[in-house]
Amino acid sequence: MEGDLNTMGALIGAGLACTGMGGAAIGVGHVAGNYLAGALRNPSAAQSQTAMLFIGIAFAEAFGIFSFLVALLLMFAL
Amino acid sequence: MATETEAQKGLEIHPMDQFLIKPVLGDGPLVWYSFSNTAMWMAITLVGVIIFLVVGTRKKSYVPDRFQMVVELIYGFVRNMVQDVAGRDALPFFPYIMTAFMFVIFSNVLGLIPMSFTPTSHIAVTATLALTVFISVTVIGFVKHGLGFLGLFWISSAPLPLRPVLAVIEVMSYFVRPISHSIRLAGNMMAGHAMIKVFAAFAGVMGLGAFVPIIAISAVYGLELLVAFIQAYVFTILTCVYLKDALHPQH
Repeated sequence: MEGDLNTMGALIGAGLACTGMGGAAIGVGHVAGNYLAGALRNPSAAQSQTAMLFIGIAFAEAFGIFSFLVALLLMFAL
Repeated sequence: MATETEAQKGLEIHPMDQFLIKPVLGDGPLVWYSFSNTAMWMAITLVGVIIFLVVGTRKKSYVPDRFQMVVELIYGFVRNMVQDVAGRDALPFFPYIMTAFMFVIFSNVLGLIPMSFTPTSHIAVTATLALTVFISVTVIGFVKHGLGFLGLFWISSAPLPLRPVLAVIEVMSYFVRPISHSIRLAGNMMAGHAMIKVFAAFAGVMGLGAFVPIIAISAVYGLELLVAFIQAYVFTILTCVYLKDALHPQH
């Protein structure tokens, strides 16, 4: 194996940054699960709150995408 | 597929090569006036949107045929979204939001065609879209409300000692908006395409016995189709949310 210490550190860092996406997965699951729980309690109100569901998912997901971006920057832009 | 030299080299996957920007004509260096594949696919997207909308609304019959029905469905969907999320006084801005939605959704879906290119997987493209929204929303807010627009950051329903702290947080979250708005779309598109490419490389190495990767590619492809629609929807609905903040800065 060839390569230098900087590349090794960057790749390890990229791998570690990807753990942040697990947090985003938890967040998205939390939003969707709570939406479903609320929708099953009051199905008539569910239709009007779909937009809020997607906004919530988008905000939760943004931070996972940030960690993905950090990983990409470490791999390709360093 | 797996010849001896390739087996010695091991598994070589280049999932990010598909995002390289290169000139369409010739192999020359990339300069500012060269017609790159991004520009070509954005032009194809634009032509696709125009053909879709113009052909769909050509007959304008009272009883719509299937094509017209799809166009009317999308129009009504985006219009309802603007009206529900941003309010009735946001309807003058509906044409821009419809344009952005059609561009993003066509670009996402056309990018799923094999060997094609997704302009929205590049942060340069999505950042332009997001910055347009960010700057115009800020200008609209200041034009409509003057300095009262700054009330967006001064939450009057919170207790007084807490308000400066909240103001700092609100200002930060306001300025991180264009970043998250653009990177969400680009990141989703890029991650999906890279994932398809990785599974495709597994299938290429395994040759004819690659049932599992092919099934995985099909599943991921279906997921990506869903993601393409959802991300266009999310991009548009966040535009509406930001527009609502500019039109009604009081919480």
